[in-house]
Amino acid sequence: MTTIEEAPPAAPEIGKDRRRKEDQRLITGRTRWTDNIALPGMLHLAMVRSPHAHAKILSIDIEAADKSLNIYEVFTGKHLAETQGVVVNAWPITTEQKTPDHLPMAIDEVHFAGEIVAVVAARTAAEARDAAELVDVEYELLPAVLDLKEAAEDKVLAHPSLGTNKTAFWQLDSAGQGTGRAIDEVIEEARADGIVIEREYRQQRLIPAFMEPRSVVVDPTGEQITMWSATQIPHITRFLLAATTGVPESKIRVIAPDVGGGFGGKLQTTPEEWITWATARKIGKPCKYTETRSESLISAHHGRDQWQKLTLAATKEGKVTGLKVDLLADLGAYVGVVGGGVPVLGAWMFNAIYKWDAYQFNCTPVLTNKTWVDAYRGAGRPEATYAIERLMDELAVEVGKDPLEIREMNWIKHEEFPFTTVAGMTYDSGNYEAATAKAKEMFGYDALRAEQKQRRESGDKVQLGIGISTFTEMCGLAPSRVLGSLNYGAGGWEHATVRMLPTGKVEVITGASAHGQGHETAFSQIVADRLGVPFEDVEILHGDTQVSHKGLDTYGSRSLVVGGEALVLAADKVIEKAKPLAAHLLEANAEDLEFSAGRYSVKGTDQGIGIAEVALATFAAHNYPEGMEPGIDAESTYDPVNFSFPHGTHLCAAEVDTETGQVKLRKYVCVDDIGNIINPLIVSGQVHGGLVQGIAQALWEEAVYDDSGTLVSGSFVDYLLPTAADTINFEIDHTTSPSTTNTLGTKGVGEAGTIASTPAVVNAVVDAVRQFGVNDILMPCTPERVWSAIHGSDPGKDTVEGAMPHFDGGNQEDNQ
Amino acid sequence: MTKISVRVDQENVTDDVEPRMLLVQYLREKLGKTGTVIGCDTSNCGACTVHLNGRSVKSCNVLAVQADGGVVDTIERLADDDGTLHPVQVAFRECHGLQCGFCTPGMIMQSVDLLNENPDPTEEEVRLGLEGNLCRCTGYHNIVKSVLYAAELNKRGANA
Repeated sequence: MTTIEEAPPAAPEIGKDRRRKEDQRLITGRTRWTDNIALPGMLHLAMVRSPHAHAKILSIDIEAADKSLNIYEVFTGKHLAETQGVVVNAWPITTEQKTPDHLPMAIDEVHFAGEIVAVVAARTAAEARDAAELVDVEYELLPAVLDLKEAAEDKVLAHPSLGTNKTAFWQLDSAGQGTGRAIDEVIEEARADGIVIEREYRQQRLIPAFMEPRSVVVDPTGEQITMWSATQIPHITRFLLAATTGVPESKIRVIAPDVGGGFGGKLQTTPEEWITWATARKIGKPCKYTETRSESLISAHHGRDQWQKLTLAATKEGKVTGLKVDLLADLGAYVGVVGGGVPVLGAWMFNAIYKWDAYQFNCTPVLTNKTWVDAYRGAGRPEATYAIERLMDELAVEVGKDPLEIREMNWIKHEEFPFTTVAGMTYDSGNYEAATAKAKEMFGYDALRAEQKQRRESGDKVQLGIGISTFTEMCGLAPSRVLGSLNYGAGGWEHATVRMLPTGKVEVITGASAHGQGHETAFSQIVADRLGVPFEDVEILHGDTQVSHKGLDTYGSRSLVVGGEALVLAADKVIEKAKPLAAHLLEANAEDLEFSAGRYSVKGTDQGIGIAEVALATFAAHNYPEGMEPGIDAESTYDPVNFSFPHGTHLCAAEVDTETGQVKLRKYVCVDDIGNIINPLIVSGQVHGGLVQGIAQALWEEAVYDDSGTLVSGSFVDYLLPTAADTINFEIDHTTSPSTTNTLGTKGVGEAGTIASTPAVVNAVVDAVRQFGVNDILMPCTPERVWSAIHGSDPGKDTVEGAMPHFDGGNQEDNQ
Repeated sequence: MTKISVRVDQENVTDDVEPRMLLVQYLREKLGKTGTVIGCDTSNCGACTVHLNGRSVKSCNVLAVQADGGVVDTIERLADDDGTLHPVQVAFRECHGLQCGFCTPGMIMQSVDLLNENPDPTEEEVRLGLEGNLCRCTGYHNIVKSVLYAAELNKRGANA
């Protein structure tokens, strides 16, 4: 041991804009995408998919395919029936929920266009695809239900055997749960002597559209069966493979190597994974399936898709009193892993940052014969935030006040935290006044309002609109017992291990599974600070169940607020565990030691020892106290005590060309309060990317089906992802009220931008054209819809009617 | 099968390929050049962008046989032999121009071509020049910044 040791640099890692550790590989092409994996003797799979939305499978002729060159096997659902397992819904929102059986490969009946009916295994991917074309399936068409509202009427059933399309009914009622008054009473009061605003808003169907298409490789040789998958959830996948296919969990290894984006879209256990698993096991050789982009768009789960009926009650002065929400949510053909839970997450968020006397949330998830719907960035909170932030603008118009003023009148003041909302959530911290003041200043709010007025008065053909969104959200799905009470199939904890290597390096294992977020960098910063070791010496290991056996993966902005806290606890345990050994080596009493900047020192002396030296001493194990084991590694499983509640004020200025309906973003400012920031560079990236996904919902993206149930936006030609040329630079900043629910004081940031930006943009568009009698425009606010709204006060037709027919005849009868 | 000879990342290679094989499939499947990736089937995303005879192409939009006798450069040999990164690579890391990194090889190869053609672009020129490359993570803000910063680095390098 030494008495003189270089102290590590004093500047803390937390808060530093560290360049990412991940980038060196990614910018030089040394990547490990699942599709890069090639194993000896590996076969390539191609899927045969139903072109029909609802049909009986009468027969499948595989002979021609089976006889093709280099084809190993062709399997139908009947071949795999015994071994394919099932695809599960892990969050039945009520115990009576009606959940259709979801076989990975359909056997008798298909329920959406894109469902898999056969798989071909061949020596090359091209040969597999060629042969898949030769599989001849005879279908008997059944009536398909495509429209959400029609589905709710149960006239045509997506799954006739269930007897209804409505999977469940879920309610949160403030009177019922004792967090507020009865909603109907409050609405009646407002009808008599106040303001009642009734609106119906549409959340169009979106596609997560991660850049890396999904890919899965299964190697059934060896003692464990290994699955590599482009997934957000390797741990949950492993558990569910064991639970549904009968293979012991200990014989399964799931690896999520480099994963190219997810946004909730890879938070799923998929038919493709399960079929590849079953096929590889049946053939006994490694198999790979990589989807094409079109397959991805038609079969990977979609997002949003709701009709929202809303009733807001307020006093004449604009003080909100009650909110009633009736949601219809389209789940598509099957209930996904989180499924109906996604719209239900909105239950605690429609009330947002405002103070209400009464609140009621009613949700009916409905089945249709379309692609299944599950989590997409924000999951439940963007829908809620959109509705309430649009309504607050409507209320401002009704009262004749500035929309920021009306919000301030109604929001929770900073001195009122912690605040228990009418929905029953306790917001731990926040300061809406501070974020709004900063955003207003950055935006130049008053000057833009003046310009807007001037343009209106002069009848400028380009009108200016200002959109506001003072959002909050809840992230880090938490605590496990609360999730249990909601019937959620898993906990909300996260796991971490800290391994102290003899050379002084530190390996950190996390159960959070990154797919682009930058965990390796941010988590290294946290551990480096905690243990007082250099940032470079920390290695973050994740995404492989053989290394990280325990975890709940990455979604819902949970990695930092839950996974980060697990790291802190594990690191603290290491420090405690190493203390007796440090004392022993220093020939001092453990009580006399203090730990700081990576070093144990004897109080009041210059005696000390670095934690790396202690780690080395455990490796040699020549000299350690009796009764202690020679090891200082530690692990921790952290179960969060509450959600965290980021919030912020987003301001958008949009120019609308009244002659063409074209919308142009002029300025976008946001001030987010996400608590303490670990790495501002990574945070900025999360915010920018989140903003564009939310803006894209407002202006460009929509999954559109024709009347025979074919997804007509089934390629990137038709599904409009924004490009660099469509977007603008953003001005982002932060205010900070540290979260009190975790020791780092952090709140999630992964979804905030997406949650906040959609209503900000639509509010801006509507604000620009409100003088023409417009109070709503359906999303996406295409030039056609904006123009129609201006010129006919028509919020736009549902896109189905405007969709180009996929086949010449344009309807199902013509296409058999 | 058709015989082709191509110089790929400074190595001469010869193969028999199916006439329908795409250049990107050739790179990935035959040569193991998995640094270049496939993101769509309609030439919209640009993730597969490489340089063919010094200009950027979407390698899903070129047949392998069309590259016969040509020179192909991918992300894998953009850095110098000694590992010194190309200024565009440096800029993407410095400006946090990537998150999941899947679009990054294409984005970087396109940016290199853009700057070769226009060494001092405006922000708008960068945005238009990258219009054929999709990114779902970054919102493009930091990608645009990266390209402008790379132009700056190039200028500094030229003046050094």
